[in-house]
Amino acid sequence: MEKAKNLSPDLFKPAQIEKKEQDALSRKSVGYWQDVWGRFRSNLGAVLGLSLIVLTLLLAIFGPLANNYDWQTQMLDVANKESFSDHYFGTDHLGRDMWQRVWYGAKISLTIAFLAAFLDVVIGVTFGGISGYFGGRVDMVMQRILEVMYSIPNLIVIILMLLIFDPGIVPVAIAMAITGWVPMARVVRAQVMKLKSQEYVLAARTLGASHARILLKHLIPNVMGPIIIAVTFAIPSAIFFEAFLAFIGLGIRPPEASLGVLINDASTYLQIFPYQLIYPSVVLSIIILSFNLLGDGLRDALDPRMRK
Amino acid sequence: MLRYTLKRLGYMVVTLWLIITITFFIMHLLPGTPLKNEEKIPPQVREQILEQYGLKDPLPVQYVKFMGNLLQGDLGKSMTLDGRNVADFIVEGFPVSAFVGSQAVIFGTLIGLLLGTIAGLNRGKLVDNAAIIVAVLGVSVPSFVMGGFLSYFVGVKLQWLPTGLWESYESSILPSLALSFGVIAQISRYVRTEMVEVLDQDYMKTAKAKGLNRSTVIIRHALRNALIPAVTVLGPLAVNIITGSLVIEQIFALPGLGKFFVQSIQQNDYTMIMGVTVFYSALIIIVIFLVDLLYGLIDPRIRISGAKE
Repeated sequence: MEKAKNLSPDLFKPAQIEKKEQDALSRKSVGYWQDVWGRFRSNLGAVLGLSLIVLTLLLAIFGPLANNYDWQTQMLDVANKESFSDHYFGTDHLGRDMWQRVWYGAKISLTIAFLAAFLDVVIGVTFGGISGYFGGRVDMVMQRILEVMYSIPNLIVIILMLLIFDPGIVPVAIAMAITGWVPMARVVRAQVMKLKSQEYVLAARTLGASHARILLKHLIPNVMGPIIIAVTFAIPSAIFFEAFLAFIGLGIRPPEASLGVLINDASTYLQIFPYQLIYPSVVLSIIILSFNLLGDGLRDALDPRMRK
Repeated sequence: MLRYTLKRLGYMVVTLWLIITITFFIMHLLPGTPLKNEEKIPPQVREQILEQYGLKDPLPVQYVKFMGNLLQGDLGKSMTLDGRNVADFIVEGFPVSAFVGSQAVIFGTLIGLLLGTIAGLNRGKLVDNAAIIVAVLGVSVPSFVMGGFLSYFVGVKLQWLPTGLWESYESSILPSLALSFGVIAQISRYVRTEMVEVLDQDYMKTAKAKGLNRSTVIIRHALRNALIPAVTVLGPLAVNIITGSLVIEQIFALPGLGKFFVQSIQQNDYTMIMGVTVFYSALIIIVIFLVDLLYGLIDPRIRISGAKE
């Protein structure tokens, strides 16, 4: 205290800092998606999932180029042989090359899953967006429809739909999308309801933007995160259902091949030729696993609040 | 609580009616008649068969008849299996499916609970990571893949347990095990997440500060609260088990309802498909209804917000 009294005011002078300098940012600003990428990259499971997905996609597209067979030519003289020369995965009971069939099947399964997920997004976002944005009576009615849809077991709907349609890639995807969009609609509705009272929506409306424009250009882009998460979880469940349907004889049918068809074929000969079951099963499980890992990672990265 | 129950009950009835109606019309809009070897049947016999199954009445009449019979528990006769009653198949097959399914749920829940609790208590440690890996694998590997592998390695290679034939209790072990992996994964995942959350709560500090011993704190205070949200998984879980049983019963050749159902789909046995579909829908919807009620009973917060609506 004594010492403090000895200090004279002229020892101090105001620091000279330019106004501009004060405002300058000391480090580079990080955008939302950069931030997400940063969190995603540091998550081992998520990176592993993404790498596995890229790998299976590449193999499904370019894998068949690795040997000179195709997925449907029968070579009965070499039937039921385990991996030999350039039949990397061996041959099945009709002498068809398993390597070709597994990747062809993976391509079909993935196509169905992506198509189903795409339909989920289109229907779910439209329904959820309209329901959440307009609210009131519109929302009331749409919610009741959603609740009934939600309580109808999707297994039953899919089976019924496939009894009417001829099984094929598009019908299977449509059948899955009929109930598949419901979770998507719920997510989008909840988010849109939360966001629609934000200032930027009010600003857009004051400037005379139409409802459609507000919904499409202002609200949906801000709901992208939850939509992406929902898609990553919709894909593995579609792949599972495709395999399941093929297994009970309702999905893709032989001679067409999907992973489900291959697993079904192989399970007949399981006791004698187990390798025929192992390859498609492992590929199927890896695809589902990697999408689940990716989904978990994206959820943590896109919405850190949900992280536990 | 009463209002909540009634509201849920209302939804249940509407949903069920909707499913039955949709199923009925879809089955009748299908092209062709559900007769085997249609070309070979002489026209008179054909007429007679159609008459016998009531397929010549106008559609609305058939619908009313069908609904009337359904309310009396009559699901019609199978079209391929010697005209036996569909209800008989359900009575015959369902106990097998239910036994294998409930065994899977009970076993899976116990193991899942144990795994989830241990993981939650040792957050971030090796045990925790191992449990997470088991959970992700269990969710990702479909039960029919699991069933195939179990059947080959345990049944064919090691010869420990029977893989086909429904003879003794042992026949049910492998199928139940195959179904239980998904249950273990889902339950342990939920319980772990909830456990981690509950352990941070103030009442846990209070319980410890009171000087209660560790096991009392974990079982009476932590686990009890962690279990509430885990009850919600039971509904989807039951649905998964039913879906899984359709395939598992094929793999292990069990004489359960799932096997009859798949068979009827493959043979276009319309009355059978319709009957079993209605049965499955009712089963799934009732299970989900019961789980919701159970949840409401356990967690008072749901009851109150339900009553406010």
